[in-house]
Amino acid sequence: MNWKTFYALLSRDGHVARRSLVMVLVQNLLQPLLFTFVFGRVLTSGGMMQAGFKSVLLPGVIAISMVIAGVQAVAMPLITEFQFSREIEDRLLAPIENGWVAVEKIIAGMIQALVAGLVVIPAAWLTMGSGAHLSFAHPFTFVAFCLLVALFAAAGGLTLGCSVGATQIGLMFSIILTPMLMFGCVYYPWSFLRAFPGLQYAVLLNPVVYASEGLRGVLAPHVPHIATWITASALAAIDLGMIALGIKKFRKKAVS
Amino acid sequence: MGIGIRIEHLRKVYDSPPPSAAGGRGFSFGPTRTSGPKEKKKKIEILALDDISLEIPAGEIFGLLGPNGAGKSTTIGILTTRTEPTGGRAFVGEFDVWKQQVKAKRLIGVVPQRPNLDFALTTREVLLFHGAYFGQSARERARRADEELEKFKLTDRANQMVRELSGGLMQRLSIARAMMHDPEVLFLDEPSAGLDPQTRLMLWEIVRGYGALGKTIVLTTHYMDEADTLCQRLAIIDHGKIIAQGTPRELKSSIPGGYLLRLRFDRATEELLRQIRELPGVTEVKSADPTAADVYADRGGPLIGPIVNAAQAAGVEVHDVHIQEPSLENLFLHHTGRSLRE
Repeated sequence: MNWKTFYALLSRDGHVARRSLVMVLVQNLLQPLLFTFVFGRVLTSGGMMQAGFKSVLLPGVIAISMVIAGVQAVAMPLITEFQFSREIEDRLLAPIENGWVAVEKIIAGMIQALVAGLVVIPAAWLTMGSGAHLSFAHPFTFVAFCLLVALFAAAGGLTLGCSVGATQIGLMFSIILTPMLMFGCVYYPWSFLRAFPGLQYAVLLNPVVYASEGLRGVLAPHVPHIATWITASALAAIDLGMIALGIKKFRKKAVS
Repeated sequence: MGIGIRIEHLRKVYDSPPPSAAGGRGFSFGPTRTSGPKEKKKKIEILALDDISLEIPAGEIFGLLGPNGAGKSTTIGILTTRTEPTGGRAFVGEFDVWKQQVKAKRLIGVVPQRPNLDFALTTREVLLFHGAYFGQSARERARRADEELEKFKLTDRANQMVRELSGGLMQRLSIARAMMHDPEVLFLDEPSAGLDPQTRLMLWEIVRGYGALGKTIVLTTHYMDEADTLCQRLAIIDHGKIIAQGTPRELKSSIPGGYLLRLRFDRATEELLRQIRELPGVTEVKSADPTAADVYADRGGPLIGPIVNAAQAAGVEVHDVHIQEPSLENLFLHHTGRSLRE
């Protein structure tokens, strides 16, 4: 393992991300924040939603913002870099094993997902106005969940980025990301799906469920949520699977 | 000590569309794999390299010459760790490029067929980060980047985003990047494609200069003049096979006669071809179609009179005569029956 090269790859991604920081933040966070505003503020203040909904929504918004930021940070550049321009080639020719280039992408994506999470927490809180009750009683569990979610986002982004062609980006959003979002228990607790038993168990295949339910368990323990040990272990297992799959796909794609 | 290259019985079969060399057309992500024995989809199989063996000594400027699709870029792809060989082995120095990729990567610099520059960076940053990937210190890479920018006349573009550069400038930057870490072996895949004549001359100067430092240089080209003036040794490659190998001079003198007269008639009779074959200086007559003949001979112009006379005597009308002096183009034609540009 060649740390100098690894660090150089990481600083390249950091450099590029910093250059487009504001744009990236707007791109990733505007939608969840507007969502927060409309559902968390407009509808609750108008009485359409109960004020308690704010506490349900906020952890979900944090989860989905991190997922979107991480997936986009890794998948989108990879899709273009693997296209006809093969921009990634100079990194594949760097004196480091190709698998480590993939690991570097995951780390860079994690950092971006964590930054997105850090930005969205205060931003969403402010957008929401008063009434959202978040608990920071378990800071370590919270940090651990953030890391697990960020890792899932980045490794998932790697897998997606290596499986999708540039012409299919639109399709990727509509058939993968949107359903994951809608059935990811982002805007409602998992237990609310009780009325749809088939769906309730089908959504358990969706990793976003564990991300939002997990963060809900940590930040808003008074809201119904799946037990933390289940969400944590499910996320950890998914993370490992995604890392293995992503690196495998990357290595395959890296050579012809 | 320079680093040489050895290729042993290299084979490559693509089972998906090849990424068109390093410049690649990219992959397609349609349903490429089908499962179940019932609906077995016809698998794409493209034989790109068919048992190629080569040895390039350290310090040589070596050229791979051939038409598009001959296997040049695949050879470069394998030597630069970017393509997995189906069979055979390739070595850069003592390292098997597929099994000891990282060690091989340290030794090589690569200029791809189409610029694959990092579009998210500026011209100077491309060089700086490249240096960083190869472990250069901040001070060293800044110094080298400025040198390379100067050498390739890119200094005034140093802070411009790469995506704003023209094709020719990108190509220059690709070459500068490949030389940034001072590799022992430099691979250039069609380096002068898309360069204006002036820049081409500059490139030749730089390649020669780099070769003079004892570096090994492998380049592919389908320009005969480039191969002729730049390369110390050449391999002519077609349909994944090496069809001739040697110095440009050796190769040219291997063409029977050296001169090629391409003749066209209203019809070429057997009798006429026999007569031409017997003319003094003629070594070989090839006739692929009934109205044409390729005459290999040790002279050009002096043969035209006798050929026209023979044609008249046989009642055949000569439509066109074209004399080609000894060149690699003729050599290629001789070995493959096709022009390089076909």
